This record gives sequence, C-alpha cells and structure tokens, in this order.
Amino acid sequence: MNAQSTTTDRSIYFIEAMREGLRGMLTEDENVVVIGEDVGRSVIGATRGLVEDFGPMRVRNTPISEATFVGMCVGAAAVGLRPVVDLMVGSFFYVAMDQLADQAAKLRYMSGGQVSLPIVYFTASGPSGSAAAQHSENPHPMLMNVAGLKIVMPSTPYDAKGLMVSAVRDNNPVVYFQDFVLGGTRGVVPEELYSIPLGVGDIKRHGTDVTVVAIGAAVPKALRVAEVMEKDGVSVEVVDPRTLVPMDYDLILESVTRTGRLVVVDNARLTCSAASEIVATVTERGFDLLKSAPQRVAWADVPVPFSPPLEERVVISDSDIVSAIRAVLA
Amino acid sequence: MATQKDLDHITKDDALDMLRRMIRIRRFEEKLSVLFKRGKLPGFVHLYTGEEAIAVGACSALRDDDRITSTHRGHGHLIAKGALVNRMMAELFGRVDGYCRGKGGSMHIVSFELGIIGTNGIVGGGIPIGTGSAWADSHLGRDNVTIVFFGDGASNQGVFFESMNIASVWKLPVIFVCENNGYTEWTPTAELTAGNIVDRSAPMGIPGEAVDGNDVVAMRLAVERAVSRARAGDGPTLIEARSYRWNGHNEGEEAFAGAYRPDAEQAEWRERDPIVAFGERLVSAGWMTRDEWDAVDAEELSSVDAAVEFAEQSPFPDADEALLHLFADDSEGVR
Repeated sequence: MNAQSTTTDRSIYFIEAMREGLRGMLTEDENVVVIGEDVGRSVIGATRGLVEDFGPMRVRNTPISEATFVGMCVGAAAVGLRPVVDLMVGSFFYVAMDQLADQAAKLRYMSGGQVSLPIVYFTASGPSGSAAAQHSENPHPMLMNVAGLKIVMPSTPYDAKGLMVSAVRDNNPVVYFQDFVLGGTRGVVPEELYSIPLGVGDIKRHGTDVTVVAIGAAVPKALRVAEVMEKDGVSVEVVDPRTLVPMDYDLILESVTRTGRLVVVDNARLTCSAASEIVATVTERGFDLLKSAPQRVAWADVPVPFSPPLEERVVISDSDIVSAIRAVLA
Repeated sequence: MATQKDLDHITKDDALDMLRRMIRIRRFEEKLSVLFKRGKLPGFVHLYTGEEAIAVGACSALRDDDRITSTHRGHGHLIAKGALVNRMMAELFGRVDGYCRGKGGSMHIVSFELGIIGTNGIVGGGIPIGTGSAWADSHLGRDNVTIVFFGDGASNQGVFFESMNIASVWKLPVIFVCENNGYTEWTPTAELTAGNIVDRSAPMGIPGEAVDGNDVVAMRLAVERAVSRARAGDGPTLIEARSYRWNGHNEGEEAFAGAYRPDAEQAEWRERDPIVAFGERLVSAGWMTRDEWDAVDAEELSSVDAAVEFAEQSPFPDADEALLHLFADDSEGVR
C-alpha cells in the first residue's frame, strides 16, 4: 500500500523516522511516556533529542533492570499511562521474559478482558556485524508464539514512522523491532503524521514468477536480488508483511495465487522461524495454489558468531535467496 | 507487639469490619479446603488460613481507589480489598460469573474496579506491576498508593531488589508487604534466605518495618504510616509481616510433599490465631459481645455457603470464549 502521499520528497534515516513517530505521539497524547536505559542520550538514536522537548519525566532513564521496567509498564498501562519502552537490544527481552510473556501478554486475557494495556516495547535487533551472539538476536519468532503481543517489523523509513504511530495508538502490548542494519538506511518520509494499520502487509515489488515474503532487513536483500534476477528474465514479487502479529495472510495468499511459488526470507534462526509459520500456513490454506515446494531462507540453527567469516556463514545472504528462488522455479 | 491501647487509633466500626473480613477469609478458605478434597474445584488452591491479619490490616489502611497486587495465595487480599465471595467462588469453579469469566481461576482473580490490578501465579511477578501502577499514579499527579503483596519466597527474586531500587530513586508511592509465613513452598525460609528480609530495605534507602503479622491492628498501623509517607511523596516502605501458613503450600500436597512441618510448630501457631486474638480484644474493650461475634461468624459462614450455591448455578462460559479477550480489538475472537 505504498500510499506515499508526500508533500515533499524529503529523505530521512530510518531511525529518524522512528523518532518522528515517537515525537508525534508524545505531542498527541500527554499520557505517552518513553522509558529505557539512556533514552536521554539514546545511543542507537530513536529517542535522541526527545528529552529536550518533553522533559526528563516523559523521556525517562531507567536503571538496567529490564524485567522490572518491562513489568512496570503493565501496572502503569493498567491505570492510564501509555508507556513506550526502549529495550535497546533484542536479547534484552530474554532478561524480561516473565514480565513480557507471562504478565504483559496475559493480564488482559486472564482477567476476562477487564483491562487494556497500551504499551510499546521497541528495540534494535538482528546481526549488525560482529556484535556477537548476545547482541545479534532477532527474538520475534518466539514472541509470535506467546499470544497476546502484537509484533511489528518495518523495513523502510516510511513504514517505520507509520507503524510507530499505530503501535503507540494501539491499546495492546506491541513489540516493535528495528533491525539494526536498517537504522541507517534512508527513504522518503512525509513530515506530517500518518499511520499504517497493524496487520496490513505491503507489496514492495510486483512480479509474476515467484512470491518472496521478506521480513525486516531481509526486504532490501530480496529487492536487490529481484533486480538482479529480472535481468535473467525472472519476475520476483516481494511481499513485506510489516506486522508479524497479526499477519496479513490474505495478502500473502493473494500473491501466491498469482505466482504459484513461495520463498520466505526471515532474518532469524530457521527452526520455528516466522518463515516456518508462513510456509506452513500457506501450505495448509493454499496447497493447490503451489506449483512447487516452498523454500525458507533463514539462519543456521546456531547463535550468531563473532568472527566476520563465521557470522557471514550463518546469516542470510543474497546468494541464499537466489538459490531458494532457483529451487522453487526448478 | 501491639497493645490494647492501639485500639485507640481505630474506630469501633473499622475494628468490627476488620474482624468480619478476617472471619470471611477464614470461612472462605476452610470451605475451599473441603471443596478441594471433594474434587469440586478444577486446578489447585493455595490457602491463606492463619495469615488473615496481614491482608485485612493492610487493606484497612487503604482508600477504595488505592491499589494492590496479589499472589498465588491471594484470596485473603481480594476479600480484604472488597471482592465478593460469590464472584470469587464462581471464578474458582471456572464459571462465567467469576470475576474473570473463568479465565483466571484461583491464582489470577483480579478486579480493576476494586483496585486489584494483578494476581500472580509467578512468585514475585506482581512486584514490578505494582511498582508500575505507583509510577503511573505519581506521574499523573494522583495521590493513590499501591500495596504489593508478596511472600518470603519472592524476596529472593531479582525483581524485588530491582523494584525497591527504582521505587526508591523515583520516590514511588508503593508499599512492599512481604508476608513471611516461614516456608518457601516446602522448605523452611531460613534455609534459603540470608539475613532478615526487612533489612533488605536499608541498602535501598527505604524505611523497613517488621510487624507481627498475626496482629491486625499492628499491621493496620504500620501500613498507615507507610501510606502517609507514600501519599506525601516520600516514597516506598518495606514491611515484613511475620506469620504462619496453617495449611500447606497447596491443598492436596500430602499426596507428594510428606510431613515437613513439626506438629509442635503448627500447634503453637494455631494457638496464636489472629482472629481469636483480635476478637477477644474487641470483647474485652466492650466493642462486641461474644454473641455478636458468633452472629458475625454465622453470617459469614452462610454467605460462603451461598457463594458455593451461586457458583454451582452459574454456567460455564461458552467454549468459544477461549478465543476472546486476547486483544482489545478482537471482539470476534482470534483465529
């Protein structure tokens, strides 16, 4: 839905687009607060400068106590705040897993719907080049399995802003992943506030021979591969779900209806990845649409190693995507 | 140890209401014990018998719009905060008239209307949540306070230390009430816990107070002091209420836990029944006759019986309700 009704062709960084979304929400609703470790300085950048405009109570530094501040947002949201949390690094969710998976995700359900919990947990995540195993995780697959968390993973600056606005306005816990390597990418972003609904995917490139569903940082890789393969006469459609919970299966199935072939590229470990779930669902619901067995492209089932050649061996590469496309076309 | 003179600090009406709530908790829990043995309850229950003075003393120091978070051993907190025994019983039976429409059960009964904002099956899980409601109230300029109830076992969870730390540096209106009933599940707490729990407040710069958890007036007064500090913006307090769990960790444990508590110890604590102790003080103060006491007991007993009837007559929720209430906007349910 590239409805980029831009008034200008202003190009900004992904991380700035996130910040514009946050700034817009802090301005729109005084109950929105941003907390996290060093959100004042914001080394990764999504909250940088916000404390100057909104003050240290609305952009508030926390101690390094992930479990506690993730859980505090549950109590705070239950009584009227709309907290937004910067977790900083994807692995840090593991430190807070009880409060995220057992508290934030379950309190509304366990209470029989008595309460709404408008909370956003955002983080940078994914391999960024020798960050080693504990700073390279993409934990979206296991969070998809929790039930009770909406999950957003934008791939462009335009989507990053619009999805941040929707995430903060949503009355549920939303986990927002910013792939580390996308933070410094640029794209056209309108200055005005706009939103992109959760659960609505986007066809990033139209094609006719194969559907490549790509998630987060896999999207630019898939687009690059598609350009190259176009020269070989292969027409690749790139579908970006943008939101993993809820997932826009209608869009994915509609694309597969036209192409008959499916590759899913997920910037995460293979086993129980989002790619696994998408392939399983398309196979169940659209088996007759498929002309060949779908392929998954994801990491080897090991932690992301430090040394550059080792890391490169594990994470997804353009050639992995090319091979998978060749396989479904064969 | 509180004295007769402490009664000067509470009104007669308050005192009678406190006794009634303690009795209500006792009769409710005793009924659950029987129902469990008869196989009437799905799941399992952790009873609060013997610790009634803690919840009632603490909640009697709160306003209706103040908040609590509760625990797996939470029925006492809920009744003390005003929950109705019929809707609690319906929840324990998994019925649609339960507070959570049968989705929570014994360990997860909440009523946001009553300020009960989380009841946890995870030991220590509610500590950050109550710290968070205190943060929100403080941030939004309200003067509500939150009591976080948790047990001695939870005092060894990281979130306890983390939450005290952030509550101290942010001066949050939260009162950490640790119910030390002597046992961490099936192991004596002293074997697992360094020093005194109350002393853990000191390095955080938080006032700490150890209270006889079997003395409802002492609990009330200690929590009143903590509430005053919290409302005045002076931050959190840690209260360690020392008491004893009359029943096991959970009902039915005799099937697997074996005998792990000396008979003499159990008998000694039953001698120190917090309800008997308080009732006798009210009688000797001339605030109540023994007949009136008996009448209260009979009323509460019959209301618990009525609650069982209410629960048994309440229907189970429609099975498709299992797919509702996940998200705020899923009125048609998840796939």
